[in-house]
Amino acid sequence: MDRFVFLTFDGLSRGAVYAAFALALVLIWRAARIVNFAQGAMAVATAYAGYSVASATGSYWLGFAVALAGGLLLGAAVERVVMRFVDHSSPLNGVVVALGLVLVIQAVLGMIYGNEFRPAETPFSRDAYDVGGIALLSDFDLFVFGAVFAVVGLLVLLFTRTAVGLRMRASAFAPDVSRLLGVRVSGMLTLGWALAAGVGSLAGMLVIPTELGLHPNAMDIVFVSSFTAAVVGGLDSAVGAVAGGLIVGLLLSYVSGYLGATVAPMAVLVLLLVVLLGRPGGLFAHGKERAA
Amino acid sequence: MLALITACSDDGGSSSSNGGGESNTPGVTATEILVGTHMPLTGPAAAGYSKIAPATKAYFDYVNASGGVNGRKITYKIMDDTYNPATTQQVVRELVLQDKVFAILNGLGTPTHTGVLDFLKTNRVPDMFVASGSRSWDQPDKYPGTFGFNPDYTVEGKILATYVKETHAGKKVCFMGQDDDFGRDSLAGIEKILGPVAAKQSYVTSNPNVGPQMGALKQAGCQVVMLATVPGFTALSLGTAAKIGFKPAFIVSNVGADPTTLTRSLGASAGPLIEGLVAANYLPLSTDDANPWIQLYKKVNQQHNGNAEFDNNIVYGMSVGYLFVQALQAAGKDLTREGLIEAVEKGGFQGPGRAPLRYSADDHSGYGGEQLTRITKGKAEYFGTPYETDSEGGPVQAYNAAPVAPPANGIPAAS
Amino acid sequence: MTAVRERETTAAAIRREHRLRKHLALTLLAAAAIVALTYVLPPFRNYQLATVGAYLCVTAGLTVLVGLNGQLSLGHGALMATGAYTLALMQDADPNLPLSIAVAVLVTTAVGAVVGLAAARLRGPYLAGLTLAVAVVVPSITSTFDTTFNSDQGLSVAVDPPPLALGYDFPYERWQAWIAWTGALLTMLLLANLTRGRFGRNLKAVRDDEAAARLAGINVGRTQVIAFVVSAACAGLGGALFAVLAQSVSPGAFPLTLSLFLVMAIVIGGLGRLSGAVWGAVLLVALPASTHSVTDSIDVSPAVAQRLEGNLPLAIFGVVLIVVMLAAPGGIASLKERFRHEKSKARARRARRAGPDNRLQ
Repeated sequence: MDRFVFLTFDGLSRGAVYAAFALALVLIWRAARIVNFAQGAMAVATAYAGYSVASATGSYWLGFAVALAGGLLLGAAVERVVMRFVDHSSPLNGVVVALGLVLVIQAVLGMIYGNEFRPAETPFSRDAYDVGGIALLSDFDLFVFGAVFAVVGLLVLLFTRTAVGLRMRASAFAPDVSRLLGVRVSGMLTLGWALAAGVGSLAGMLVIPTELGLHPNAMDIVFVSSFTAAVVGGLDSAVGAVAGGLIVGLLLSYVSGYLGATVAPMAVLVLLLVVLLGRPGGLFAHGKERAA
Repeated sequence: MLALITACSDDGGSSSSNGGGESNTPGVTATEILVGTHMPLTGPAAAGYSKIAPATKAYFDYVNASGGVNGRKITYKIMDDTYNPATTQQVVRELVLQDKVFAILNGLGTPTHTGVLDFLKTNRVPDMFVASGSRSWDQPDKYPGTFGFNPDYTVEGKILATYVKETHAGKKVCFMGQDDDFGRDSLAGIEKILGPVAAKQSYVTSNPNVGPQMGALKQAGCQVVMLATVPGFTALSLGTAAKIGFKPAFIVSNVGADPTTLTRSLGASAGPLIEGLVAANYLPLSTDDANPWIQLYKKVNQQHNGNAEFDNNIVYGMSVGYLFVQALQAAGKDLTREGLIEAVEKGGFQGPGRAPLRYSADDHSGYGGEQLTRITKGKAEYFGTPYETDSEGGPVQAYNAAPVAPPANGIPAAS
Repeated sequence: MTAVRERETTAAAIRREHRLRKHLALTLLAAAAIVALTYVLPPFRNYQLATVGAYLCVTAGLTVLVGLNGQLSLGHGALMATGAYTLALMQDADPNLPLSIAVAVLVTTAVGAVVGLAAARLRGPYLAGLTLAVAVVVPSITSTFDTTFNSDQGLSVAVDPPPLALGYDFPYERWQAWIAWTGALLTMLLLANLTRGRFGRNLKAVRDDEAAARLAGINVGRTQVIAFVVSAACAGLGGALFAVLAQSVSPGAFPLTLSLFLVMAIVIGGLGRLSGAVWGAVLLVALPASTHSVTDSIDVSPAVAQRLEGNLPLAIFGVVLIVVMLAAPGGIASLKERFRHEKSKARARRARRAGPDNRLQ
């Protein structure tokens, strides 16, 4: 029983990170109809920037802030400088360009920082609290939950309660009509990319300290798990992204814990098959698909 | 498109080295010996290991500065295989078929090097001093040109297990190892002395999450955990165990126990985690400043290696370089691939090691023993005596030969 | 009415036969050219040529699936792994190369059928997600069943040396190139015939407008599955050839990035065209190799060189990808068409300027 509880909390903690990352993917999908394959690499780049600042100034929080701000800037830059010029006649062109970006970003990081694994410090202790003999959550896990919750909450507020949010949703849903109504559609697109990249950077800063260390390929596996989570939840649904993230996190935790770490990817594949065969648009798929 | 391919072939022809040398031996000319290696310069196993080849190269540069071996300078071509056996295939083929190296030296990794044994044998390339303790390199009948260097993992397993038997008698002993010959051979050695372990877990370098494994060992109530792990995963295991409140006594293989590498990987929390960690080694320890070999290596490191951070990986790399120069000297001025192999099989090399170095016509294994180390205040120190043993049922015996000092100029004399 | 239909069927049959003969002739010509090439190239280049051949099997099948049928698969690396491991296990049991390759292709076809059936209902990114998961899962199977597959260390592939009939000193790399290109040319021949005929038209119809295709009487689900199965068989062949060339298989040889590189290669080569598949296969081998030589020739200190090694080639690869994608979205194979198009436009402009007498002013 205590093993189950431990695995549950461990899974939720990871799942929160996948949820955030999946949310970033969904944001870009809804805005631009592109799956941003470069999201992981962008998150790693900003994490490197953040940790460099943190070790230079001795303040983790300053580094954290730099990482998030870097994410916003990087997202906007990628959209303005690269993605804008992609020929959208074939959806594959966006995929290939994003993959090219991944190569460039990871290689440049390797050239600047080297490819060794750097220790990534956490601002809070990672020792789990002992509750009745069971090692539960640590301070860091609580921080992860809090951060993801806050970001998701802020985004919900942004999209549903603010004018900017309304304009962004309009630009994604009906770009031509929005343009006629005076909305700067291209600006909204850039803003969407910036926000998504910022969320991705947050996810990166939350997950990298829990792995082998900071290195250019640190987010590859997270990308795959988060993409799965987004697909399971339904790419058009933000709620789906969060739900999918938590589900994937829990599933991976239980399977790793009870069946062994090597079986975990198979469990993800089975999850995908089960969900997609039943609902090809994901769990929270909208009844009517939007035109691309 | 055909033009593109022919263009490549022209450039291939001109880039093949030393074709017009004095002899028919590939990679050897009157002035140069070209040697190659495959190493994980990047990737999950690169921690620590990426410093070995540059250190060997630095030692070669030191020897070259004094005129080289028999008037030939040694050129060391280092290729990155990211610890991925598929990449090893590519780079070794490039070294042998395109660069036409004289020999492959110190190829690193059990999973990576196992895949190129047949290719090197077919092409009759000397495969010197493989950087791994697998028993696969000690098969003189099957692979006459392949020679090991590291003590066999089975040898090490027996020595570490003997320590555990004496110091932790009666306690529950468990094992966590890499899911390949490295892990399997280590476990075999351990079980020869201790019998079956209470619990065993394995990992693969492609999956950096050892939480499930550590959790399972904690569940099994292990009091002693023996690790056959590369440095990155030693750090992961120690860190993850601490995180879940699991505090057994850890005993680590020599390939994964360098304190400098572990401290770097673990960061601020390294100190208490590695304090008291027991491992083994067979070369001078990097922190032993009184040792004449360390003094020599530090000098070479300063002059030819950009004064890189000095740790056991650099000691290892330079010791390999020293042994290779000894082998070249023994092979004589008329340098051929067969001559090199014969010279190594003659054996009798004296060097920095604290364990016997075994090379003969029937033994290609390399070092045959180790001495135990313990980390105290971040520094590793030897304790007890060196032991030697074999990979079979032979006894673990003390090895008491006196250590040898390096030659005055640090370069082995011609024999 | 029947007479017309009869004449139509006969006309179609004649067209088919002409097509087959034309393709056969081209294949034989290409085979002769490759054989000649293998006598000219040094051993390492022959090895690279063989690698291009193995890649071509995969890229050809993948470009048919993705380009002509519109199904994006990010998991073909896993299908290659299936073929490769099957070959390794077969060769271990009994080193009969043609049999092992045949079994490898069959097994991969079966796996492809399973995945294809699941994938037939999915579209766009959902299909991409499923195939992505397949790409990640299949290599991890080697760790789960590590007694058979030997986990990360992988298996050695026992391959017989070239037959003595070819001569005692026949270079091994030339033999490898011959084996690989036999497979590649057979694949190209098969796919060329398949895609020029009715099946190819069905594929494109489904890609362009599913509802219209269904109305025209095409069984969409079956077309999707067959396309997937055909491309899986090609990938299995490619993977088996890879195992023969590398003489070993390991999960590290089939990472997710391989599947991604395959997609990149066919898009850059020119989606949907078999000539694009050839460009893609060449790129997969030539681009990393040439960027390596560029970085080798730069003279830097050892610490910097260590950073550049491995990274600079990837950076250059990535930049080339982005630039080509932005400048020529139709891929390299489309450049010839664009060039011709530009030339005919220029000719028309000149003709207009030259006036009615067709003389330049």
